[in-house]
Amino acid sequence: MTTDITQIRTPAEKALISLYANEKDRLPGSEPVKALRSEAFAEFERTGLPHRRIESWHYTDLRSQLREAAPLFSVGSSEFEDSLRHVQPSVPDGYCFVLLDGIFVPELSDLDQLPAGVRVRSLADVLATGDANLVERLAPKGLGTGDPALSLNAALMQGGVVVDVAPGGEIAKPLIILSVMSAGAVHAAYHRSLVRVGAGAKVTLFEIVDAVEIGSNQQNGALVLELGDGAEVEHLTRISRQGADAIIINSVLASLGANCQYDGFALIADGGLVRRQIFLRFDGEHSNAAVRGLSLLSGKRHADTTLVVDHAVPHCTSREYFKHIIADEATGVYQGKVIVRPHAQKTDGAMKSRALLLSDSAAMFNKPELEIFADDVVCGHGATVAQLDEDQLFYLRSRGLPRAEAEQLLLEAFANEAVEHVQNEGARERLMTYVSDWLAARK
Amino acid sequence: MKFIGRRHSMAGTSPAITELKMLEIRNLHVEVEGKTILDGLSLTVKAGEVAAIMGPNGSGKSTLSYVIAGREDYDVTNGEILLEGENILDMDASERAARGLFLAFQYPIEIPGVGTMTFLKSALNAQRKARGEAELQTPELMKRVREGAKRLEINPDMLKRALNVGFSGGEKKRMEILQMALLEPKLAIMDETDSGLDIDALRVVAQGVNTLRAKNRAFLVITHYQRLLNYIKPDSVHVMAAGRIVKTGGPELALELEKNGYRDYVSEAA
Repeated sequence: MTTDITQIRTPAEKALISLYANEKDRLPGSEPVKALRSEAFAEFERTGLPHRRIESWHYTDLRSQLREAAPLFSVGSSEFEDSLRHVQPSVPDGYCFVLLDGIFVPELSDLDQLPAGVRVRSLADVLATGDANLVERLAPKGLGTGDPALSLNAALMQGGVVVDVAPGGEIAKPLIILSVMSAGAVHAAYHRSLVRVGAGAKVTLFEIVDAVEIGSNQQNGALVLELGDGAEVEHLTRISRQGADAIIINSVLASLGANCQYDGFALIADGGLVRRQIFLRFDGEHSNAAVRGLSLLSGKRHADTTLVVDHAVPHCTSREYFKHIIADEATGVYQGKVIVRPHAQKTDGAMKSRALLLSDSAAMFNKPELEIFADDVVCGHGATVAQLDEDQLFYLRSRGLPRAEAEQLLLEAFANEAVEHVQNEGARERLMTYVSDWLAARK
Repeated sequence: MKFIGRRHSMAGTSPAITELKMLEIRNLHVEVEGKTILDGLSLTVKAGEVAAIMGPNGSGKSTLSYVIAGREDYDVTNGEILLEGENILDMDASERAARGLFLAFQYPIEIPGVGTMTFLKSALNAQRKARGEAELQTPELMKRVREGAKRLEINPDMLKRALNVGFSGGEKKRMEILQMALLEPKLAIMDETDSGLDIDALRVVAQGVNTLRAKNRAFLVITHYQRLLNYIKPDSVHVMAAGRIVKTGGPELALELEKNGYRDYVSEAA
């Protein structure tokens, strides 16, 4: 016996279906790309918007949170260059590639003085040529497969950049992907970028999600990151300056060759509802990945960091360290899954999540998961949720610091312990400034 | 405030006890969760005086030090604490500190992520700001900290570390004395400063305290054992039992306690 199941679509899902129908012929891409989009959208239609009964989205019910699916904007605002000045002070020195409302804007990007060994192309151009190899790499198999937000991203990707760093290249200044939403009515952006770091190359990559004005926009961005053997990549992310109703999805699909070093750090502050998901796979032996993050949450904001680290080969090390400072009625989520495949012996994995709750209504959900199928591994996890330590506060106050100052000092210490791991000096300074400004504004 | 010259007379005596009441506690009653801890305690410490409070475990010594310093976990149900004639009970701990109160903790708190120098600068300047004084600039602060550290035989590398993190018991106590020397309090409360110290560390810490003895400064030295008082000579000794002062005398009282223990006072108070 079979039962017909009619899925009830939410208004946002209905809007996404018509959005795709209206936009699909206008979105960039040749035939193989169209096929990719249509397959991805069919996948999305099967699941619908992710909701609490989908395990990996349990704490971030996008289906109930996304009430309206906003329309796409096309590039056009002539005042944009002016507005970009608001964003720039917090961007460190580097090579900046600007995505405006999801679309790469070469005129605003630093393409003229790119260092040797760095090639940057517009995703839309690459999609239009339909290079089958590239199209395949844009949706890597086995990384985030079936995730509804990623399916939606693949179906609707408007633009992005394709960055290639030549083997052996050592790029001193960071490569910055600055994704900005323009001012105006609520709108959405879907972008995807591909960064390929050649064997032995060293680079800092900085993803910045920002806005010209605080708004309720929707952004679904994805970054596909490939590290060739021996590559060393510092991957920084800042998701910031969004309205409380903004919805930001940021996905990372990373694959590491042999002998790689990957150091990730993400600051999420003032993001509205944020879902950051990292799918990282070790494809070569003797690689190390350290994934760190700090989320600062106030009001009714929500930040979900979900990681899936796949030890597909032996002799790799993974570290995940995440911190949250949660005030008011905000919610933090950390889900970390470490998979150790049967033959991935000598895997070394450790995961730690620490949260400070600054109010009785603040909430933190921690879900570490270890799926270990090999027998010669070292894996561990730990999670703590606490309030500011009254003994520490009293000690500081007894030395003359008023309570607010004492709190600020302890919060900065807690936050900076995460930020200080950022190696690129310019980026680290700006991240620290952002953190202390955020903490000072909280008082 | 030269230290070296005093080395031969470690057990310094107070330069001069004045008639000014630095600390006056009147009929202090304190409860924690409905349980009486301090039960009508009265005590006066004059400027220039070093007063010792001795008492058995559980007599309320640490509670007294916390209540004076301004910790909120205690209910003061009656009484007053006057610092230079002014009731400080309604003041925040930081305000009391700015008015010249200092508590050397029995167990100094570790503060990960807060550099020792950052902390010292924040504390000193917060107090100066509260008193309407100009902030101390970093070079001058560094100079004072280095000098103080040298006198207390504190390894300069410790100043680069997070406050008290990974410090030994003795190092933490020295750091308390260094803070005291920098903050130049009017009233310093030493809560079981001798606990966990070996004899060499005890000597250094005591020297640090003795150096700071001055006619406009008072000390309240809280201790279980007489040993510390061999190094920091008190002007007065108060015996505390069951939440109040049950006997007051001179330095000889400490020796008597060492000999006979607290038994007489405990039964008397009960």
